[in-house]
Amino acid sequence: MRRGLAATLTLMRREIVRFLRERNRVFGALVQPIMFWGLFGAGLGSSFRPPAGGGSIGYAEYFFPGTVVLILLFTAIFSTISLIEDRREGFLQGVLVAPVPRSSIVLGKVLGGTALAVGQGLVVLIFAPLAGIKLSPASLAVSLTVMAAIAFGLTALSFCIAWRMDSTQGFHAIMTVLLMPLWLLSGSFFPAQGAPAWLSVLMACDPLTYGMAAFRRVLYPGEGPATQGLPGAGLSLAVTLLFAAAAFGTAVALAQRRGSGVRA
Amino acid sequence: MPAAMRTTAPAVETVVRVEGLVHDYGPRRALRGVDFEVGSGQIFGLLGPNGGGKTTLFRILATLIRPTAGRASVMGNDVALRPREARAAIGVVFQSPALDRKLTTRENLETQGRLYGLGGRALREAVDAMLLRVRLADRASDRVETLSGGLMRRAEIAKGILHRPRLLLLDEPSSGLDPGARSDLWDHLRELRERDGVTVLLTTHLMEEAERCDRLAILSEGALVACGAPRDLKAEIGGDVIVIATAAPEALRGEVERLCGARASVVDGTLRLERPRGHEPIPRLLETFGDRIDSVTIGRPTLLDVFVLKTGHRFWGEAEA
Repeated sequence: MRRGLAATLTLMRREIVRFLRERNRVFGALVQPIMFWGLFGAGLGSSFRPPAGGGSIGYAEYFFPGTVVLILLFTAIFSTISLIEDRREGFLQGVLVAPVPRSSIVLGKVLGGTALAVGQGLVVLIFAPLAGIKLSPASLAVSLTVMAAIAFGLTALSFCIAWRMDSTQGFHAIMTVLLMPLWLLSGSFFPAQGAPAWLSVLMACDPLTYGMAAFRRVLYPGEGPATQGLPGAGLSLAVTLLFAAAAFGTAVALAQRRGSGVRA
Repeated sequence: MPAAMRTTAPAVETVVRVEGLVHDYGPRRALRGVDFEVGSGQIFGLLGPNGGGKTTLFRILATLIRPTAGRASVMGNDVALRPREARAAIGVVFQSPALDRKLTTRENLETQGRLYGLGGRALREAVDAMLLRVRLADRASDRVETLSGGLMRRAEIAKGILHRPRLLLLDEPSSGLDPGARSDLWDHLRELRERDGVTVLLTTHLMEEAERCDRLAILSEGALVACGAPRDLKAEIGGDVIVIATAAPEALRGEVERLCGARASVVDGTLRLERPRGHEPIPRLLETFGDRIDSVTIGRPTLLDVFVLKTGHRFWGEAEA
């Protein structure tokens, strides 16, 4: 048990050290979402119709929490690409023959990715007042917790996808058809209200919709124009935690399977 | 390293036991029932052509894949049933480096130590001692990606033995090393065996490397064709080996066999046959085939001759994978 914990911590630390040594990763995960926010915020600002209820919320403000979640998603994707690299470069096989439970290995990798995601999300989140979102120490603390839960689920999910892969090309395809839509349909980019019925059904099925809703609800305590029509806080949090647990459980199960070796 | 370790480890103890090991990759059978044992303190080689099953056997012993049938155990721990216990007793050096190239040499060793349950001062001391021992202390703070191939292999071995395993597994350890780094590697392996009583099991497809092992298992097409000390294996052949270089080995084969009264085989464009007294048939060979022979040499049998004798194979090349 203690050895498992030590292994988790050392693998988590390695993720962070590696990240800090690869500056271009910092750039990739932060700059693109912020650019999106700037461009979409400016471009769509005039045509955006806020969720019904009559409140006034501009698109730049509406899209801001979505941008933070996009940073969480990108960071999760980047740290999972590093899993493919670990396999290709051989580091992973060295870890797999160590006397450590596979669950500790997965946890180290996923927690490392989560820490990086929350760290980068925080860098952007502190600028929320510029987008018109008020922050208090309390709402910041709760936001970080919700961000951690979202990031943990996303990192574990991309771990599952990347586990069996040995090239990053395959991963890019899946990223485009699975992970990006997960974010697009989460209510980060446009609200479910006003969307066609088939689209709102899709959005209700997207687990990230609930993460997004939980995040908005902690940023805007109490009912207001920004949280109008979103799933409730309790449901959102429950789905988010459940999703994180399921993705992590799947990742561990995948990593525990010591195959017959066809592709191991 | 404690001096006491030198005197422990009785020579009879079995470190690795492999019984009836079978492995299939889908419909392809990579191991067809392999049995052997490795005693404590040996340098044991798995020799065979690429595709012969060595790497499969290595991966099973390293607990990365499960055998289809049969058992393999390390220090009495079945690698399929008790992988955690087996892993603690094994140090693994892969063919492709398992180092994190973005981390420094020291960071790599520290990460490894923590995975094997070391921590705090014990870890620091073990890492310092290991860096000195493999003469990498001056490169401790350099990123691994800046090390040369030979130094990287040293760092890799340091990583494999940091937790003082009873068994060190190495997959094709000489591949990609220049001759200097290769002999350096062997000095390290011998020192490990002598100083720490570590048992070494390595795979190789190089005859010269196999010659240096205490014992050898020769694998061909997934089966064990010979097992023993290199000297004993060669002594089984006895006598001398005559190698005839000729433009048309196949054409000459039948006639040479009749003339010498022994079976000949074609290996890499030469005719090879063994005779108890190799020099005797040479004059007649030269008289009879004179202009059809480029050269005739006689020599002591090599491991290649053992392989040819045991398998009837003509080529030491890539078996179909």
